[in-house]
Amino acid sequence: MHLPGYVNNVATPFFVTGDPMIYASDVLIVLTLVAIVFVLTYFKKWGWLWREWITTVDHKKIGIMYLIAALLMLFRGGVDAMLMRTQLALPNMRFLEAEHYDQIFTTHGTIMILFMAMPFIFAMFNIAVPLQIGARDVAFPYLNAISFWLFFFGALLLNLSFVIGGSPDGGWTSYPPLTEWPTDPGPGENFYLLALQISGIGSMATGINFLVTILKMRAPGMTLMRMPMFCWSVVGASILIIFSFPALTVALALLMIDRLFGAHFFTMLQGGNPMMYVNLFWVWGHPEVYIVVLPAFGIFSEVVATFSRKRLFGYASMVASIMAIAVISYLVWLHHFFTMGAGPGVNSFFAISTMSVGIPTGVKVFNWLFTMYQGRIRLKLPMLWAIGFIPNFAIGGATGVMLAVAPGDYQYHNSYFLIAHFHQVLIGGVVYGMLAGMYYWWPKMFGIILNERIGRWAFWVFNIGFYVCFLPQYELGFMGMTRRIYVYPAGMGWTALNLISTIGAYLMGIAFVLIVWQVLYSIRFPERDVTGDPWDGRTLEWSLPSPAPHYNFARIPTVTARDAWWAEKEARRRGEDVQKELRPLEPIHMPNNSGRPFILSVCFFIGGFGLVFEWYWLAILGGLGVMLCLLLRSLETNTDHYIPVEEIRRTEAALGRL
Amino acid sequence: MSLAHEEVLSTPSSDVPVEYSTEDGALKIFGFWIFLATDLILFACLFTMYQILHINTAGGPTEQELYDVPGFTAETLILLVSSFTCGLATLEMRRGRRSASMGWLVVTVLLGLSFIFLEVREFVDYVNRGATMQRSAFLSSFFTLVGTHGCHVSLGILWMLSILYQLGRRGISAMTARKIFIVGLYWHFLDVVWVFIFTVVYLQGVM
Amino acid sequence: MSSEHHEELRGFHGIHRGFPWSHVVGLVVSLVLTFAALWLVQAHAMPHGLLLAVILVLAVLQIVVQLFFFMHFLESYGPRYHVTSLALAFVFTVCIIAGSLWIMTFGGEQTY
Repeated sequence: MHLPGYVNNVATPFFVTGDPMIYASDVLIVLTLVAIVFVLTYFKKWGWLWREWITTVDHKKIGIMYLIAALLMLFRGGVDAMLMRTQLALPNMRFLEAEHYDQIFTTHGTIMILFMAMPFIFAMFNIAVPLQIGARDVAFPYLNAISFWLFFFGALLLNLSFVIGGSPDGGWTSYPPLTEWPTDPGPGENFYLLALQISGIGSMATGINFLVTILKMRAPGMTLMRMPMFCWSVVGASILIIFSFPALTVALALLMIDRLFGAHFFTMLQGGNPMMYVNLFWVWGHPEVYIVVLPAFGIFSEVVATFSRKRLFGYASMVASIMAIAVISYLVWLHHFFTMGAGPGVNSFFAISTMSVGIPTGVKVFNWLFTMYQGRIRLKLPMLWAIGFIPNFAIGGATGVMLAVAPGDYQYHNSYFLIAHFHQVLIGGVVYGMLAGMYYWWPKMFGIILNERIGRWAFWVFNIGFYVCFLPQYELGFMGMTRRIYVYPAGMGWTALNLISTIGAYLMGIAFVLIVWQVLYSIRFPERDVTGDPWDGRTLEWSLPSPAPHYNFARIPTVTARDAWWAEKEARRRGEDVQKELRPLEPIHMPNNSGRPFILSVCFFIGGFGLVFEWYWLAILGGLGVMLCLLLRSLETNTDHYIPVEEIRRTEAALGRL
Repeated sequence: MSLAHEEVLSTPSSDVPVEYSTEDGALKIFGFWIFLATDLILFACLFTMYQILHINTAGGPTEQELYDVPGFTAETLILLVSSFTCGLATLEMRRGRRSASMGWLVVTVLLGLSFIFLEVREFVDYVNRGATMQRSAFLSSFFTLVGTHGCHVSLGILWMLSILYQLGRRGISAMTARKIFIVGLYWHFLDVVWVFIFTVVYLQGVM
Repeated sequence: MSSEHHEELRGFHGIHRGFPWSHVVGLVVSLVLTFAALWLVQAHAMPHGLLLAVILVLAVLQIVVQLFFFMHFLESYGPRYHVTSLALAFVFTVCIIAGSLWIMTFGGEQTY
């Protein structure tokens, strides 16, 4: 099949050729695969990989897999960012071609939002939520595994486009009519549409799963208003996932129908209306921002309270503001396209609703500050990232309100001012939050504490690099530099600021390397967490050994207060005998492991790949595989097992908990 | 509050529906309600698309030319009655009468199949008259909205067949009862969606 | 598991044994609503905008019929979180539809 006018480094529609960087990646990918296969075979780890990880339905292991995937994707998206900043460092750079640059900013945005931020928050959901509410797993462990593998194969599909078929190049928002077939033929945009669709199904299932888990599976005595704040933030994020992801599903599906079957939803001809895509995309897209930032708020709430040794200030107002943000964020989506010109009434309404999001957010910032006020603050790594977040978010929030002023937005729209703003909130909010959460729960995941000294270096290099990178971009926006340009002439006055910005980006890259070094160093020279409570924590996960046994709680705890574990420790300090009525152990009911979530997701991947290249026989084959997996699951009766009391006793004794 | 997976919430002899007798059943029913909420938003988006685009006929066939009052009224009546028979299947399941429950499910499946038959005939008829989804934005949104509902119904039929098989093999247990209840929720939900298609698409079209 | 946190099934009034009157009533009401809407449209009983509003109200009533006569809407262990969730879903549905129509009909209704 000949694809006229398609990016000129694509000689054939299948393997991407022509660019030395792509060849280098091909070689790297092959070498990595060979190395992985060799290591697994040499150490006889294939069975281990299958039994312990691929078939697992344990929320803790799924959380770890999400975390690893998120860090890998942070690397991929980060490399994209480095390449872009290198290209923009100086005027008239010839480092990347225009088409290649387009592909890189598209994959950078798509990966960072959907394949880095989303799995990172899901990692935190999985690792913390069941432990914090005193449950043994999520409500639907099998579905949880499906969610992970759908995300995994969605991410794989998108990343595959780099070497097969060509990457999408229509921006992470993929606006038609540019992304319609006539103006953007070839498999690139199909990769985008299918990868997001597949991982989106997984995200939606995760939202349902965690909402049901939190509402229905809390330990006895843990009323809603006794829940840890992180769980409240997960409720908020889950509500947003449940009610906004279907809009993305529809937007992507309709654009796919346009591209593959020649329909006219978003075309310029036959009555199509491209702005409807933009509308639907942001019906999802704005809540999505809060989906990723609300869990970060939850993590900051946990971290600030723990490391200030004070209970969270203004718990009820915190809950109210999370719920207010969840609802209001649903009513602001038009601010992403004020410049469409829907009229003064529409623009005014959405400008005001957008600004009003600042109120609950401000409440939260003050609550964190008041929690720290007169607290005994310990500047451990999680706290460092939490404190680093606050000025970041204050600036990001202020520039956000500037963008919310509709007439002002006509000036800033799609300029580097916007770029600086959303990186300020997404990196400053989400990435800082997720790193704080990673450092905070790392001992709970792996039983080791990450090295403090290297971590401090990483934090300061990142934090400084962040401001060096993005503050100049506000200025560049005011000076008229628009987003997505790949080259600019000298003499615009942009050169110095761009160069500074690039230096900042490299500093953040160095910080990432430092974090990797920190992890490797801590594995080599581990500081073990033998207590299970390294931070003197407040919530139930710290009452368990690190890492927690696979059934989590040998006895489901009974909760009598907010910050349940802190209350128990306080009672012990007062000399009360909290263990006075130790219930006998009972057999624990646990779900069986299953390979079907993995196989089901492979079928989705095959079907998606078939649609990308319009090999309909392959798409149908994948679809049949999906149906078969669903049917086999429906017919399955033996889905769970009991852990006998003797085994629980042995495990608890080995952990010194009997 | 806490419900662990193993917990049997009631003994079968007590007066509680069997689908709610295990914690697993109660969790899955709640989870399915939430799923229906996501599906509601999905259809809301498709309805919005239709409402925006239905006037953009691009010189092609219009709603008045295509929609056939007896045809879509028949489709509506079939679905409404199938919703009723599906409700009876759940009722009989709760009474513990397996064959009655299976009988009503079979009736529901047959009504569903006749609905799909009428819908496919309608689509084929439109295509033969040149009204394809490539013709105009109106037709793209029409086929997608009504077709998505049709796909849901088809999936529901396959699902019911699988449950009928399981019911025949295993009888009414906490597991099969929960499946009947949930497929019932799904079917009633699709009936509601169709009522809106009837109203927004067809009645508005022939107004 | 101890039994101290057993909850009753709310909104459940025992297994119905006699003739399923409530189901029949549900069917009859939904048929009446359907034919009422059809008749109003066929008879052009009122102006266009009002007519559309009235048949939409009839459709919303059909949701109520399905929820309460067939879907056992009020049954739940513990708090009725699914009622809250669906109420919220309904609010968001209205927001999406009304908001999008308001946004996308800028410059008046225009055909292409």
